[in-house]
Amino acid sequence: MQPVISVRGVNKVYSEGASQVPALFDIDLDVAPGEVVLLMGPSGSGKTTLLSIMGCILKATSGSVRIAGAEVAGLSEKQLPGIRLEHIGFVFQGFNLFPTLSVGENVELALDLKGIGGAKAKHEARRLLEQVGLLSKYDTFPTDLSGGQKQRVAIARALAGSPGVILADEPTAALDSHTGRSVMQMMRDLAHQRGRAVVVVTHDNRVLEFGDRIVRMEDGRIVTAADEVSKIPPQWAIATEVQPPSQAC
Amino acid sequence: MPPLARRNLFHDKIRLTVTLTGIVFAVVLIVVELGLFVGFTVTTSSLIDKADVDLWIVSKHTPYIEQGSTFSERKLYEVLATPGVASADKYIVRWAQWKRKDGAEVGVQAVGFNPYTGIGGPWNVVQGNVQDLKTPDAVMVDELYKEKLGVTRVGEVFEINGRRARVVGFTRGIRAFTTTPYVFTSFKNAQGYCQLGEDQTLFILVRALPGADLKTLRHNIESRLRNVDALPKAEFSNMTRFYWMFTTGAGVAVLIAALLGLVVGVVVVAQTIYATTMDHIREFGTLKAMGAANGYIYRVIITQAGISALIGYGLAMLVSVFIVRASESGGAAILLPWQLAVGIFFLTMLMCVSAAIVSINKVTSLDPAMVFKG
Repeated sequence: MQPVISVRGVNKVYSEGASQVPALFDIDLDVAPGEVVLLMGPSGSGKTTLLSIMGCILKATSGSVRIAGAEVAGLSEKQLPGIRLEHIGFVFQGFNLFPTLSVGENVELALDLKGIGGAKAKHEARRLLEQVGLLSKYDTFPTDLSGGQKQRVAIARALAGSPGVILADEPTAALDSHTGRSVMQMMRDLAHQRGRAVVVVTHDNRVLEFGDRIVRMEDGRIVTAADEVSKIPPQWAIATEVQPPSQAC
Repeated sequence: MPPLARRNLFHDKIRLTVTLTGIVFAVVLIVVELGLFVGFTVTTSSLIDKADVDLWIVSKHTPYIEQGSTFSERKLYEVLATPGVASADKYIVRWAQWKRKDGAEVGVQAVGFNPYTGIGGPWNVVQGNVQDLKTPDAVMVDELYKEKLGVTRVGEVFEINGRRARVVGFTRGIRAFTTTPYVFTSFKNAQGYCQLGEDQTLFILVRALPGADLKTLRHNIESRLRNVDALPKAEFSNMTRFYWMFTTGAGVAVLIAALLGLVVGVVVVAQTIYATTMDHIREFGTLKAMGAANGYIYRVIITQAGISALIGYGLAMLVSVFIVRASESGGAAILLPWQLAVGIFFLTMLMCVSAAIVSINKVTSLDPAMVFKG
C-alpha cells in the first residue's frame, strides 16, 4: 500500500547561536494508511522532532518528506500550515483544548480553520463527538471533563475535516492506565476501521499492544523497527499491565 | 467562527476590568482635551461666527478680533456706497475695566454693536431683550460671569472705565476665551466705555446683497478704502482661532495633552492585551500547529482589541457626556460635537488595534512546535 507519510534520508540540525545541535540522522520511515506506528525511545532520542517533521511543524534540514504523495520538504513556512490543515490531525499530551470554548466549539474551531462553518460545522462536530462517545458533553467546558474525556475531545478535534494522518504526542501520559488504554483503543480503531495512519510518540509500555509497528529511536537514529507488535523484543515490553479495554474514561 | 476572541476576553474578568479602565481613562482624557480644544477654538471666534455678516472691515494687518485698531467711521459711508453692499454697521470689541460694587476692578471686553439691526449683538438672551440695549448706559452680560462681575440681578448699576453701566439682561453660555467677560452694549455706549473718539470705530460689519460676488465686493472695498482689509467672515474667524490656539501655544498645549492621553491609552491597552495574549499563548501555538494561518490568529487578537475598544468607548462616552454637561456651567467649555465623537470612536479603535500589534508580533514569532513541549 502507498505510504501516506514517507520520510527519506531526513536530517535535522538545530542551530543554537553559533553552535549546531544535530537531532536526527538519516531517517527513513514509511507510514501506511490503516496502521498504528508507535515511536518509542528515551528522552532526547528525536521522537518528537521526527513527529514534528512528519507533522510539517518543523522543517527537515535535509532529506525528503512526502505527505499523501506530495513533497513537503521544500515548502515555505507559509505553505506548511495548509498541508497540516488538509492532511494532519494532532493529539497532544496536555490535550491543548481551548478552555474558554465548550467541547462542541473546540471541534467547531478546528472545522472553521478548514473552512467549514455555520450549521454544517455544528452538525459535523456533533457527529465527531458522537464517534468518541461525548455528544452529551457538547456544551460542557473542558474544565468540567476528566482527563480521558478531554483526550477524546482532542481526538474528535483531530478528526475534524477527515485528515489522513493522526499524529499523537504522548496521548496517554496524563491518563491513568485504564483511560490510556481506552484512548489507544480509539486510535487503533481510527487506523483499522477508518483507514487513518496513526503515529504515536510514547514512553508508555502499557500501550504497546495497540501498535502495529514499533519504531525505536536512540540518539536521533532509528535503531530497530519491528513489523508487528508480537515481535516486540521482551526488554521493550516491560511492566505492561494489561487491562481489558473499556469505553468509560 | 467560534467566539474564541470574546471568550478569551471575558474569561478573566479582572484583566478585562483593567483593560476597560485603561481605555476609559484614555478616551475620557482625549475627549476632555480635544473637547477643550474645540471649546476654546469655537470660543475664540464666537463673536465673528455669530455675527450674521459677509465681510469684516478691519484696520490693515489686524491679526485677530481683540487686536482691532481704530479707523474713521466715515469709511462706513464709503462702504455703504460700494456696489453690492446691502448693509454696514460699525462695531467695537475692546478691553475695558468693570468696577464692582465692592470697588474691585475686573477686565472686560466691551462689545458695541448696532442694537437697531442687532448685527453682532448677543445671542442666547435669557433675561431682558436686545432692544433694551438701545437705552443709554444699558449693558448685557453672561450668567457665567455674574459672580466675577458682582452682578446679581437686572437693574444693577456698575461702572466701566468710570462711566455708568446698567445691567438690562443676561445671556447664557457666551464665554470669552480670555476669561475676560464680554459686555454687550450699543455702539455709542461702547465708544464711551472704550474712550474712542466720536468718529472712530474698530470694525465695520458688511452684509452683501443676495447674489453679490464676495471676491469682487472685497476687492472693490479694499480698492476704495485705504488702510483696511475686507475679510470674509470665515477667514477672519480662522485668523482669530489660529492666533489664540497656535500663536499663543494654548491650543498646542491642549493637543499635546490629548496626544499624551492617546499614548497612555495605547500603552495601557497594549500591556493588557499583551498579557491576555501571553495567558493564551499555548492556545495560539495549538492553533498554529493545527494549521491556522497567521491571519486567522491576528483576527482573534484584533477582534479582542476591537471588542475592548467598543465597550471602552461606550463607557467612556457615558463619562464624557457627564463631564461635558458639568462643564456647561464652568469656566471652560468642553464641546463634544458629533463629528468629534465619531472621530474619537475611530481613534479608540486605532488605539486598541495598534496596541494589539505588540501581541501580534509575539504570536507571529511563535514556534508551533512549542505544543509538543510538555
